[in-house]
Amino acid sequence: MARNVLSEIEQEQVAKLTAGKAMPTFGPGDTLRVNVRVVEGTRERIQAFEGVCIGRRNRGLNSSFTVRKISYGEGVEQVFPLYSPRIESVAVVRRGDVRRAKLYYLRGRSGKRARIAEKRDDRAAEAKTETAGS
Amino acid sequence: MRTGLIARKLGMTRLFTDAGTHVPVTVLQVDNCQVVAQRTAERDGYTAVQLGVGAAKVKNVSRAERGHFAKAKVEPKRKVVEFRVADDALLDVGATLSVEHFVAGQIVDVTGTTRGRGFTGVMKRHNFGGLRATHGVSISHRSQGSTGNRQDPGKVFKNKKMAGHYGDERVTTQNLRVEASDAARGLLMVRGAVPGAPGSYVLVKDAVKRPRADTAPYPAALTKVEAALS
Repeated sequence: MARNVLSEIEQEQVAKLTAGKAMPTFGPGDTLRVNVRVVEGTRERIQAFEGVCIGRRNRGLNSSFTVRKISYGEGVEQVFPLYSPRIESVAVVRRGDVRRAKLYYLRGRSGKRARIAEKRDDRAAEAKTETAGS
Repeated sequence: MRTGLIARKLGMTRLFTDAGTHVPVTVLQVDNCQVVAQRTAERDGYTAVQLGVGAAKVKNVSRAERGHFAKAKVEPKRKVVEFRVADDALLDVGATLSVEHFVAGQIVDVTGTTRGRGFTGVMKRHNFGGLRATHGVSISHRSQGSTGNRQDPGKVFKNKKMAGHYGDERVTTQNLRVEASDAARGLLMVRGAVPGAPGSYVLVKDAVKRPRADTAPYPAALTKVEAALS
């Protein structure tokens, strides 16, 4: 009973925080552009963080995702709370084809070895060509 | 001095603020908190209110306690605690307290009973470092080491930190900020951690080290009688 109240509170918060905000479906391997609200003194601006999503943590209100990029030759990772009001929007730049939930193996790789193949939706492409041919 | 409240600890969660930060909070539930008895200076030598919270099955309440609750005309309570109050903050018997007793932004102290850990060693109980993993240490990697000197003083001093029973003690966490109170569900959200396991009862009082908040209702926030009856 006690836990129900807690999950109720968390669900309410999720509903409140997602209202009027569309979060795309994305998973590990996808290249994301995360637009973050940054406060500098009194001014607020939006800063983009673009990189590969290397993992997601799905825990209701406490969900988060990790984005990794190479900045000036140095690997940078940032963990974003999925429902943070600081996140203005998330855009999927590219869908990646991966076979793991957590891409921690990318940390030990660089350059060509750290590439991720783009996900190809063959079925959709086939359907399109068929309709065009017939 | 106002009365406190008895609450049940439900667990912890987080609140996201409009500014974009998030606040870790403990959720406390106040379930039907009523005044069961009064203590007055003339009769008892001190002034206090006795509060009861929750609902106890009648079969589990002793006959003496049943008489005590019947005198106050309240349902049998799970937990009964006395709170010392000022003379002008004495409340009527049977009055129901609301969580709006504590307002958002106010500072409170929360008292609870910590989780019992049983008989524990010194590393867990007193944060000792233990002994080395190698270099000839045998079997005693988590031991406390020496407990004293030699023939002089020839004894172990009193209060020497040793292994023993840990936890299950009354602890007060001071100066926690009330982040929100939800009267409809009887919930109180307090910033930070509160002693005790989820489901245990804790006591919430105005902070002793801070002045009382001006916005906090004095002597107490009571729910209306109609609301209590329906």
